[in-house]
Amino acid sequence: MKILVCVTSVPDTTTKITFTDNNTKFNKAGVTFITGPYDDYALARAVELKEKLGASVTVLTVGETDAEPVIRKCLAIGADDAIRVNAEPIDAYFVAEQIAAIAKENRYDLILMGRESIDYNGGQVHGIVAEMLGIPSISPVMKLDIEGDTAKMTREIEGGKETLEAQLPLVLGCQEPIAEWKIPNMRGIMTARTKPLKIVQPSGTDSLTAVGSYELPAPRGAVKMIPADQAELLIQLLRTEAKVI
Amino acid sequence: MSVLIFAELDNGSLKKSSQEAIYYGAQVAQMLGTSATAVVIGAADAGELATAGRFGAAKVLHATDAKLAEANGMAYASVMAAAAGQEGAKVVVLAKSSLGDAMAARLAGKLKAGLAPNVIELPDLSNGFHVKTSIYTGKAFANNELKADVKILAIKKNTIVPVETDATAPVETFAPALNDSDFGLKVLGTEKATGDVLLPEADLVVSAGRGLKGPENWSIVEDLARALHAATACSKPVSDLDWRPHHEHVGQTGIKVSPNLYIAAGISGAIQHLAGVNSSKVIVVINKDPEAPFFKSADYGIVGDVFDVLPRLTKAVQAL
Ligand SMILES: Cc1cc2nc3c(=O)[nH]c(=O)nc-3n(C[C@H](O)[C@H](O)[C@H](O)COP(=O)(O)OP(=O)(O)OC[C@H]3O[C@@H](n4cnc5c(N)ncnc54)[C@H](O)[C@@H]3O)c2cc1C
Ligand SMILES: Nc1ncnc2c1ncn2[C@@H]1O[C@H](COP(=O)(O)O)[C@@H](O)[C@H]1O
Repeated sequence: MKILVCVTSVPDTTTKITFTDNNTKFNKAGVTFITGPYDDYALARAVELKEKLGASVTVLTVGETDAEPVIRKCLAIGADDAIRVNAEPIDAYFVAEQIAAIAKENRYDLILMGRESIDYNGGQVHGIVAEMLGIPSISPVMKLDIEGDTAKMTREIEGGKETLEAQLPLVLGCQEPIAEWKIPNMRGIMTARTKPLKIVQPSGTDSLTAVGSYELPAPRGAVKMIPADQAELLIQLLRTEAKVI
Repeated sequence: MSVLIFAELDNGSLKKSSQEAIYYGAQVAQMLGTSATAVVIGAADAGELATAGRFGAAKVLHATDAKLAEANGMAYASVMAAAAGQEGAKVVVLAKSSLGDAMAARLAGKLKAGLAPNVIELPDLSNGFHVKTSIYTGKAFANNELKADVKILAIKKNTIVPVETDATAPVETFAPALNDSDFGLKVLGTEKATGDVLLPEADLVVSAGRGLKGPENWSIVEDLARALHAATACSKPVSDLDWRPHHEHVGQTGIKVSPNLYIAAGISGAIQHLAGVNSSKVIVVINKDPEAPFFKSADYGIVGDVFDVLPRLTKAVQAL
């Protein structure tokens, strides 16, 4: 079985977001970049499937050289090889085109992604890739088992979950508790250095969207504190002042 | 040219988020000097279809093929693509939901469309087509230009306040050819909480964290939620510990909500939690620790013990 895991390099979840150049660029200064938390779940499940069923696991990112630490970490966790498409990930369609081009060449049985990237939160790349490949996409997947050519999955839906079955090949957006996040060990880190990382140039140049500028949300007004022994007052204020109930 | 809106059903009734999407689409249509067409897929009675007209659709396309009875993102996206073709639609509007998100992506692939996820405002058409979206899980906004011929907007809850009129819209049956390859997923079973207010759709949310000490104490959260007709939510550790189901977990790695009112009880206010709730209109924080970071992001705060405060709030609501 051939598995492709698509990962992004994103600002750590504790990052305070700021912009530079007149609010036209994300300010990378002092920001720690991590593998997308959902992508980590996808990778962890891929490595588990490899251990259980035997599979090759390739990680792929569309990004510039600063995305490489994240790729090396994925190799240390257990991916066999990696591909970096050397391009700035402009938007979901562009990224999907790159992934689909590589998938058409290499014919993976399973393409695992995160439910969403935590920078653009689109949750769109998996659906677009699957559409380009003409195969099903399912997200967010919380449980995945493979038997022969069949995938058995549990997906979260509003207010509950759904169990599904489908034939490979598939594109899945993953979330917890599909697997436990894995931490690279020393041996993994050592072997990752010698695992192949292929750099390819982007194909297609469609940019269907462009970000002109960024903004930060307006700060909330000062908090109004209500003494605990007058808690009932809150309900009055929510009705008469905030007018939300 | 027209603006096409996907109007999602839940158990045969038009979802509230879709009423908002229809109204939003109708506003965009007006800005563009065209009209809005709503697409309803699955069984719905005449009353529900009429709702689409009251929120601004000038026409309703109703697809009722039995194969579409079960929500199916792939097949529904194909129906929308066919409708976009028939109507010459250049703008497609969907409300964010599990189904809406899945459809938006597939549709963007089919139509090579410029896609804006998490839209929070009406577009600005003064110089091209610009639309504001929420990024970094609500920590910032981006002003996007959609340059493609077809534009897809997935709108967040509370983007616009819909206005209902007594307008009516003609309903046309819509029966595009269906593609077998869209029916490759076999649903084996569904587990869904019934009778409760769905969290992503809820106007009011009562949420609780580790401060509740254990799942056996959740009745005080549920009582307040019931009194307010609110949905219940929780922090990540609470769902990790299996005190509450995963679909109630809000935050950076959970559901993102933007209700009118978010009440957080016994939640410290970690940045990853705030990320999923900070676009709520009004935030109330109840925590026994006056230093809890959540108070900095709140509109109203009570320093107190949840076991004392929540039941008293419930009583006060019941007395209204
Ligand atoms: C990559 C990543 C992603 C994450 N994603 C999310 C996410 O999506 N959502 C999320 O919620 N978290 C997320 N987290 C976890 C987050 O960092 C916090 O650990 C979590 O939100 C804390 O949950 P809590 O507030 O319930 O618990 P705690 O931080 O333990 O807070 C409990 C609070 O209850 C108060 N309390 C205790 N007893 C009482 C009482 N009797 N009355 C009143 N108050 C009381 C305490 O003062 C305290 O403030 C993520 C973390 C990481 C690293
Ligand atoms: N630049 C990228 N390179 C590789 N994979 C990506 C990239 N951007 C997004 N993805 C994958 O697509 C998923 C959904 O991303 P998004 O649609 O941006 O929310 C992510 O969790 C990744 O698995």
